[in-house]
Amino acid sequence: MADINTINKDFADLFNQGNELLLEGSSDVMNETRKNAFQDFSKLGIPTRANENYKYTNLIPAFDHPYNVNLRYQNVDVDLNEIFQCDVPELDTNMVLLTNGWYYGNNKELTELPKGVIVCGVQEAAEKYPEIFNAHYGKYAKTDEDGVVALNTALAKDGFFIYVPKGVVIEKPIQVVNLLRSDRDLMATQRNLIVVEENAQAKIIVCDHTLTHHKYLTNSVTEVNVARNAIFDLYTLQNQHLNSVILNSTFIRQESNSNVLSNTISLYGGTIRNNHHVILDEEHCENNTFGMYLMDRDQHVDNFTSIDHAKPNCLSNEHFKGVMDDQASGAFAGRIFVRRDAQQTQAYQSNNNLLLSNDAVINTKPQLVIDADDVKCSHGATVGQMDEDALFYLRARGIDEKEARQMLMFAFAHEIIEKIRVEPLKERIDELVDKRLRGEISKCNTCAIACNH
Amino acid sequence: MLSIKNLHVSIEGKDILKGINLDVKPGEVHAIMGPNGAGKSTLASVLAGRDLYNVTEGEVLFQGKDLLDMEPEDRAKEGIFLGFQYPIEIPGVSTVNFMKTAVNEHRKYKGLDPLSASDFLKLMREKKSLVEIDSKLTNRSVNEGFSGGEKKKNEIFQMAMLEPKLAVLDETDSGLDIDALRVVANGVNKLKTRDNATIVITHYQRLLDYIVPDVVHVLYDGRIVKTAGKELALELEEKGYDWIKEENGK
Ligand SMILES: Nc1ncnc2c1ncn2[C@@H]1O[C@H](COP(=O)(O)OP(=O)(O)OP(=O)(O)O)[C@@H](O)[C@H]1O
Ligand SMILES: [Mg+2]
Repeated sequence: MADINTINKDFADLFNQGNELLLEGSSDVMNETRKNAFQDFSKLGIPTRANENYKYTNLIPAFDHPYNVNLRYQNVDVDLNEIFQCDVPELDTNMVLLTNGWYYGNNKELTELPKGVIVCGVQEAAEKYPEIFNAHYGKYAKTDEDGVVALNTALAKDGFFIYVPKGVVIEKPIQVVNLLRSDRDLMATQRNLIVVEENAQAKIIVCDHTLTHHKYLTNSVTEVNVARNAIFDLYTLQNQHLNSVILNSTFIRQESNSNVLSNTISLYGGTIRNNHHVILDEEHCENNTFGMYLMDRDQHVDNFTSIDHAKPNCLSNEHFKGVMDDQASGAFAGRIFVRRDAQQTQAYQSNNNLLLSNDAVINTKPQLVIDADDVKCSHGATVGQMDEDALFYLRARGIDEKEARQMLMFAFAHEIIEKIRVEPLKERIDELVDKRLRGEISKCNTCAIACNH
Repeated sequence: MLSIKNLHVSIEGKDILKGINLDVKPGEVHAIMGPNGAGKSTLASVLAGRDLYNVTEGEVLFQGKDLLDMEPEDRAKEGIFLGFQYPIEIPGVSTVNFMKTAVNEHRKYKGLDPLSASDFLKLMREKKSLVEIDSKLTNRSVNEGFSGGEKKKNEIFQMAMLEPKLAVLDETDSGLDIDALRVVANGVNKLKTRDNATIVITHYQRLLDYIVPDVVHVLYDGRIVKTAGKELALELEEKGYDWIKEENGK
């Protein structure tokens, strides 16, 4: 097994030797950001378990693998629109495809978007809409704190860009499907930027779909800025296969009176690490950060979250729930910062876990750093087994044990699904979670939103 | 219908039931009374199949079948219903879904097709009115946030939905106001037929004014120490349990 120095050195070599390709096609701002990020990466490296923030997730086996890396857009030899069709009739979305983290060159035009809305690739956005792009790109994702984010920024070439202009309300959710399709094991770097202007409203659904069985490592970073009075939803569905590594970092900045809801649902994936950072940067923001993970076998999930109350009068609600079976392992870290002048802050957090086997483990760690005095904060973490009294109650009415367990697990998970603000998506996820808990989704090539291909 | 012979039950090595004998025939109503901690709920739970308890001796036959050998869900489908002394709250499981699953499991057991959505709702409506339970309650998660009395009513509602052959009602009367008591008792009486039987566990004579028992038993320290007609309940109401305790050497 390679040691961490070899892995870091390999990335340095990749950066230096591939420099020309990295710079090619990217804007000056991207490349300037890249240069700084690489410096940060050189200092930080891939985080090891010695790093307090990665104590529960060992990334060495994830990175210690000869992945293929594409520094250039690879033409796709088939029409992905043809292979991939989302066939949930009620779930009517504006759908775009990514291929291995790159904006697909052959995406169908989204004809139903309101005027002024932009959905395109990051490279394209950097070139065509520099005023918007440069004002936000690299401004929220902190490369000097996390080597994974630094690496993403150093290698970032493409991803999706979504812009919702002032006052525009997009009724239909925008759905971004990242298709992983390769004939070799692959490391994909994906860099996304979402800009929601004042009084605008948008809902975005991001999902993965593995089309081949190769080992994938996806390192994605999404930056989001939500301006005054805007309402924004971000639903992330993680459903890859047991041989995949998902590193997903999201940085959300909120301006005054904005309302953000994110819900990260991890259904399947060998190793999943979600970094979720929110900064409430102006007053009267509301933030809802939800997540759910259903892990079995040897899967691993680590949700690392931080909610930063930088200004007074904001409300944050954070709730993560997980069901862990077999030898699955996981961690939850919930950091809440309330800065000195962030008076009248309300910050609530909870993490509840259901352990279905003796071998499953979860480490849960709330961490509140409160520097203001007039605040309402609460946090709570539970790790428990199935409620035997409830189980007996159901069985005593004639419901067999398996079904009774299923009902209770589903009820447990439903609390998080319930928070989804897109009705058909909620129903769809309900179904999916029901199936997942019944052990019916175990093959790898299933799309989170049930698709034909 | 039910025949309990020399039933001994322990929990964590502690003997709780110390040789229960009880026979219940179709159409009968039996009342079991007795001081706190006597083992009444234990008996009820063992009949329903709670595996917390160890049966160390004895046998229980229900309609000729060995009850102790069955899973709780099969006992339910054979026709045993336990009205819980402390009904459990189950957040996230809707009452409707719960009852639909339960009713259809019972139907499947009998070789019947599941009820259609509309037939099911019709059945719900009918049974709700029988126990005068509000839709506001049945639209919620099972027992979640129900008051003590509402939970008890909900037990009788479930009983009405499932139409058991033998209902064991564990202190269904406690926590009920006078009106609710009447409603619950009426519900039980309306569900009574010549073929089914009821065991009511209670501390109070007042329930027995409504649900008139054929037999009253006193359970004390894990044994049935007295069995008589309904007048026994009155006597207990008047005199308490001291004389029972004395008779049994305590
Ligand atoms: N799960 C348990 N663990 C330990 N002891 C138990 C358990 N359940 C019951 N017991 C004990 O068994 C004895 C009988 O309890 P049970 O609940 O059957 O009494 P009861 O007759 O129903 O009393 P009450 O009138 O108060 O409802 C009590 O001493 C009780 O403490
Ligand atoms: Mg009791």
